Amino acid sequence: MEKTLALTLYRQMVQIRRFEEELFRLFLKRPMPGSMHQYIGQEAVAVGVCAHLAKEDYVTSTHRGHGHCIAKGVEIKAIMAEMFAKKTGCCKGMGGSMHIADFGVGMLGANAIVGAGIPIATGAGWSCKARYPGRVSVAFFGEGAANEGAFHEGINLAAVWRLPVVFVCENNLYNFSVHYKKTMLLDNVADRAAAYGIPGQVVDGMDLLAVYGGAGEAIKRARQGDGPTLLECKTYRFMGHSRFEPAGYRSKEEVEAWKKRDPIPMFREWLLKSLLASEAEFEEIDNAVTKEIEAAVAFAEQSPDPEPDDYAPYIFA
Amino acid sequence: MEATTLAQALRQALIEEMRRDDFVVLLGEDIGVLGGAYTVTAGLLEMFGEERVRDTPISETGIVGAAVGAAMTGLRPVAEIQFNDFLTCAMDPICNQAAKLRFMMGGQVKIPVVIRAPIGASGRAAQHSQSLEAWFMHTPGLKVVMPSTPYDAKGLLKTAIRDDNPVMFFEHKLLYGARSPGGKAQTAVGSLTEVYRPAPEDDYTIPLGVADIKRQGRDVTIVATGFMVHQALRAAQALDKHGIDVEIIDPRTLAPLDKETILRSVEKTSRLVVVSEDVMTCGVASEISALVAEHAIFSLDAPIKRISVPDTPIPFAPVMERAVIPQVERITETVKALLS
Repeated sequence: MEKTLALTLYRQMVQIRRFEEELFRLFLKRPMPGSMHQYIGQEAVAVGVCAHLAKEDYVTSTHRGHGHCIAKGVEIKAIMAEMFAKKTGCCKGMGGSMHIADFGVGMLGANAIVGAGIPIATGAGWSCKARYPGRVSVAFFGEGAANEGAFHEGINLAAVWRLPVVFVCENNLYNFSVHYKKTMLLDNVADRAAAYGIPGQVVDGMDLLAVYGGAGEAIKRARQGDGPTLLECKTYRFMGHSRFEPAGYRSKEEVEAWKKRDPIPMFREWLLKSLLASEAEFEEIDNAVTKEIEAAVAFAEQSPDPEPDDYAPYIFA
Repeated sequence: MEATTLAQALRQALIEEMRRDDFVVLLGEDIGVLGGAYTVTAGLLEMFGEERVRDTPISETGIVGAAVGAAMTGLRPVAEIQFNDFLTCAMDPICNQAAKLRFMMGGQVKIPVVIRAPIGASGRAAQHSQSLEAWFMHTPGLKVVMPSTPYDAKGLLKTAIRDDNPVMFFEHKLLYGARSPGGKAQTAVGSLTEVYRPAPEDDYTIPLGVADIKRQGRDVTIVATGFMVHQALRAAQALDKHGIDVEIIDPRTLAPLDKETILRSVEKTSRLVVVSEDVMTCGVASEISALVAEHAIFSLDAPIKRISVPDTPIPFAPVMERAVIPQVERITETVKALLS
């Protein structure tokens, strides 16, 4: 990986991290509408996968979708304004955290129903094949979604129709409070790929380079017309399931062990050693991102609320 | 050639729309090689190829979910669900995804998807006999269409395909006029009047939200849907001999519902009977009754009557099925009582 790209990806991970940290702070200090599911710890997955996507490629996301949106190029101030339920939000205050979408950059939406984005990504893959050859669609979902019928039906359909779809499972070990080993007997969700006759691959989801490599192969296969892949990224959420949920079902030791493998310092280390990035370069990125997040909050705070009747035009086209 | 059955009319609509727009695509169980359980897609695989006419696995969530994703990104899918009872396996993609994504995303996306499904009782017990249209009337973001004639079916399906919103399109089994693969399917087509109007080969559309007065009358308004339109017509013929002049309103689309035409008719006749094949509680007849009670109660000379399936699953034995599905005699007796 060359340095310009590496620094761009580093910057995206920092954007996601700072965005989520700022939101946590905002939820503590002021009344914020709704709730949120934070992506902290999983940044390498969204960034490593979306690094291979063009604006025209499609992504479906989950209730834990802020990272996917930022990595796919949704404007941070538009996401922030949506978190504030403002009229200037990317969804005009109609969806909030769990429904962030921006069709202009191929983000087909976070989704509050576990697994629902999987068949939708299959359908988007059908459009790619029929209308826009060369484009691909990517479904992000958690390991919990792998036990939904939508997982089976969506992947199988994409497999038999050989659609350009990459199914990215972010295995953060916990279906909310339940460890995934209590919900399936296999160690790897990716092993289920065999059931659909498609390639399955496991990568270290804390290692940006590993995700980047695995996703690169899968997306290349899809673009070439060689059908879907099930890519499992082993990762960990550093926060609770939602907002201030304390995640008492996980041991301190386990959390600490995973935090030692924080994807951002790990990638920073690699950038320093292998690409000879300098502290000054990191500092510049960190400062720029901090300013960007501050500006996004100011934008959201100053934006108008929607009017009570504003919802009506959105029911039907 | 004019289409004299619902199955032929729907097939003609699909062919015309697929010729008009290369991005209209079909998917569903047994719609390709077999041509559909009720022959609606017969020959379309040969005509348009397997990229556009796709046999699917038995995966209702996958079918509708993929149709929604495709509709969001540039195709105009028409999904066939083999029996409307199987829609239960696709409720999330229909009610949480298709119906809500545009709304939740602040109007960024259009979802031009049509979901076709047969409804109605025809001797196949409780999981192949339901009429579930009311469930979808209860879900904002969906349009609900229910034709009773080949003419209406063709014009409405063409409009549904061109509509930029999700449309649930319910087709009554007894009106198809096609044999099922088993060959023993019941049909009512041979016994219907000229109201079961053929569809001409022309390119015409019928707007959603416009009811059709299937029979003009003075004394009582019957609002009826799907096959019940024809049951109401039979009842009207019988009642005519007793000097009772029945007006029959076929809403054709339940969402949007043509409230104006219904209210105008009730204001004229001062009496309302609603006949529908779904279950009574929270059903189509209940909604239409509430509408009239709310807006035209002072026009009424008699209580509103609902004729629907009592709150029971559809039983298998023909004698029991007949007992729960609204029959002509039940309609005539109800109307007579109302006027006595």
